[in-house]
Amino acid sequence: MNLQLTSDGRLRHLLTLDGLPRAILTQILDTAESFMDVGEREVKKVPLLRGKSIFNLFFEPSTRTRTTFEIAAKRLSADVVNLNIATSSQTKGEAILDTVDNLAAMHADMFIVRHAQSGAAHFIARHVAPHISVVNAGDGRHAHPTQGLLDMFTIRRFKGEFHNLTVAIVGDVLHSRVARSQIHALTTLGVPEVRVIGPKTLLPAGVEQMGVKVFHNMEAGLAGCDVIIMLRLQNERMKGALLPSAQEYFKFFGLTPEKLALAKPDAIVMHPGPMNRGVEIDSEVADGPQSVILPQVTYGIAVRMAVMALLAGTGNA
Amino acid sequence: MHASLPDVDPLIARLADAIAPTLTPDTVIVGIHTGGVWVAERLHAILHCALPLGTLDISFYRDDFSRIGLHPQVKPSNLPFDLEGRDIVLVDDVLHSGRTVRAAMNELFDYGRPASIRLAVLVDRGSHELPIRPDFTGLTLDVPPHQNINLSRLDDGHLTLSLA
Repeated sequence: MNLQLTSDGRLRHLLTLDGLPRAILTQILDTAESFMDVGEREVKKVPLLRGKSIFNLFFEPSTRTRTTFEIAAKRLSADVVNLNIATSSQTKGEAILDTVDNLAAMHADMFIVRHAQSGAAHFIARHVAPHISVVNAGDGRHAHPTQGLLDMFTIRRFKGEFHNLTVAIVGDVLHSRVARSQIHALTTLGVPEVRVIGPKTLLPAGVEQMGVKVFHNMEAGLAGCDVIIMLRLQNERMKGALLPSAQEYFKFFGLTPEKLALAKPDAIVMHPGPMNRGVEIDSEVADGPQSVILPQVTYGIAVRMAVMALLAGTGNA
Repeated sequence: MHASLPDVDPLIARLADAIAPTLTPDTVIVGIHTGGVWVAERLHAILHCALPLGTLDISFYRDDFSRIGLHPQVKPSNLPFDLEGRDIVLVDDVLHSGRTVRAAMNELFDYGRPASIRLAVLVDRGSHELPIRPDFTGLTLDVPPHQNINLSRLDDGHLTLSLA
């Protein structure tokens, strides 16, 4: 049984992009397109989720993702409550469910969940009452579906189609839930060539089985690309002996104007943020004409509005 | 009961004749997706309006969202002008309950404060549920509650009315 879909194939929870049908992905992107102009209006709100309560349940700190979910919910006229729950090492599953039960007793309609542990959002989704929807806002190394969706939305806005693209994902794929969600979405939407580029120590074993081409040489991997997605290099990985140093990493896998020139002239550069300038990306590229990093943030609001609107519409059916 | 429904073109011409004397430089035509946009496109062309046509998709303003969810094919609303102080002619194909018009007015006010809104409908079929009446009507028809009247567009752009 697919936890994410209702028996008639509508979106019930959004937990991962793995296995989500193309029709649902397209429906979310199309719906997001119609939410785009809400942010431009005099009144930046539509009354769709009036009277609904959405809880941002963040067990792991995040500013950008939480803020965009909050803005998205508010633009849909929902009531939003933000909970930043510091997790101590002895926090157990039961404690999470106690929190969830308490919030459900306050008549929550939707939980937006971020957790350092893979599978946390699934765990909550399996537990909640039928009228409550769960959105995974990032769980461990597993998935970050709304980031994956907003990246697809960005690609579609700038490139129009998916079927003729070569897309490269560069950097720490091993620890990246964003990369996993992107790969699932790109392959489902029919991108013929998805490449992952990075040092051996930062690419998961068997990543080829996800339908991607693997490159350890950035110059070779970037040649002819339409879309370059840079991943954030988490500084704590340096200590784990996976990498020699930030300088060394930048030399081989940092996106500089010279390396960018190897991709197609109209290639776009994306990054899920926050960026480490001078580690995975040169400021000249990050702020340059091919960068679509700030549009990604803006689109993230419309995409999250679409996900919440579709879920709230299904929950009551 | 209605063996044959009238042609749409003369109905649109009648609407245009009624609207024409009321036009001001601030008049904008706004159609409601989908049928209302088809009628509004025709009116916009016939009346030679200076300002561009506006379109509204009221899916995000429907009062039955919590019962039936989001419409599967939501289209973006497009109002390519400042609404402040405009005289709006809101166009729909069929006036039935009046709930679509209410939703459309709510949406319009989120874009700004128009000077006036008037309602033009191709067909007023009765069975209103809200105190909303058209200012311009192509055809008034008493359709039994269990029947629907639909406007459809053929590939050649021709508009036709049908009962189902």
